[in-house]
Amino acid sequence: MSAARGRIAAFLTDAASRFSHIPWRSIGSDALDRASLVVKAACFVHVVNTYIVGIAFVRGPSMLPTINLTGDVVAVERITPRRGTVEVGDVVILISPENPRKTVAKRVVGLQGDAVTFLVDPIHGNATRTVAVPMGHVWVQGDNIYSSRDSRQFGPVPYGLIQGRAFCKVWPPEAVGFIGEKY
Amino acid sequence: MSSSISDILSCCFGSFYFVCLVFFLMAWFFFCRNLDMEAANFLWFSLKKSITGIMFGLTISDKFFTVYSVTGSSMHPTFTTSNGSFPAFLKGDIVLVERFWDDKLSHGDVITFKSPTDHKKEFVKRLIALPGDWMQCPNSHDIVKIPEGHCWVEGDNRSSSLDSRHFGPIPLGLVRGRVTHIIWPLKRISKVERKAVMNRVYRT
Repeated sequence: MSAARGRIAAFLTDAASRFSHIPWRSIGSDALDRASLVVKAACFVHVVNTYIVGIAFVRGPSMLPTINLTGDVVAVERITPRRGTVEVGDVVILISPENPRKTVAKRVVGLQGDAVTFLVDPIHGNATRTVAVPMGHVWVQGDNIYSSRDSRQFGPVPYGLIQGRAFCKVWPPEAVGFIGEKY
Repeated sequence: MSSSISDILSCCFGSFYFVCLVFFLMAWFFFCRNLDMEAANFLWFSLKKSITGIMFGLTISDKFFTVYSVTGSSMHPTFTTSNGSFPAFLKGDIVLVERFWDDKLSHGDVITFKSPTDHKKEFVKRLIALPGDWMQCPNSHDIVKIPEGHCWVEGDNRSSSLDSRHFGPIPLGLVRGRVTHIIWPLKRISKVERKAVMNRVYRT
């Protein structure tokens, strides 16, 4: 019995000495270095993505001749919308006014103060309507007017919803190129 | 339409941080022209540190929380504006604004949102109704339904407030954050209460 106790005691003291010989200080500082590197990288990615340029995946039929049905990856720059110099003909990424979790890509057709004429129902007949775009709003439409849910349904969109201007397609490889003024 | 170059740059990068950065860079180039190696190294090191700090600060303020100074009288009993000769950013209450990643909004929260008529301004108002609610418009007997993805905001001071009574329901995508605490002046430090309007909003 006492022999067993002695062995346990010896094991414990041994373990304690081994435990104290592990270089905790250097391990800790190393871990801190790695963690701070990860945090710095995350901050860098966030700042570049929010203030300079990011990428977005766009799919669906609404921008059809410009952006593929199955989805293209586009590069989005954030400087132009922040400065307030978005122009007619730019393709913009904006938060959908009907669902704040959804982001959509549309083409700017009218800026504040412009009068926009559009086909009310392009499939049946060619009745047109003209509206004035109020201050601080833009009028956006998909390039494929037959299958696009845009300002013709939900009206002019506040400028503050614009997240960026899509200026170039980066994927798939056969579609790489700048997004032009007109299709 | 921006008037000066610094105006354009500060618009570009959102804030005061960028102006600080440019100033620091200019100072650095100016001082580095005839310095020995050690001092130049020290300056390079401090420049790197400050850039990291700015990025860290921007990330925190975009993703977690930030502080704003409230001006104007539209939220009067909740936030006050003093008429003293303080510098401009100390004139009103300074508030802590929490960013959220999903829409955890509820009736009666004080929220900040980009103005629907001018994207460079940010407003502070109280959230009255959420999508799907039926609401009686103030000063009239009309009952409206708040459309999908929109919300109705009003100032606490009805007599001088530019809010949804003027521009209608706003898209939820414009909402930037929720005001949680007043942190300045010291004697007004407190939590901002959630006050829901019960008598004219019919929740679904």
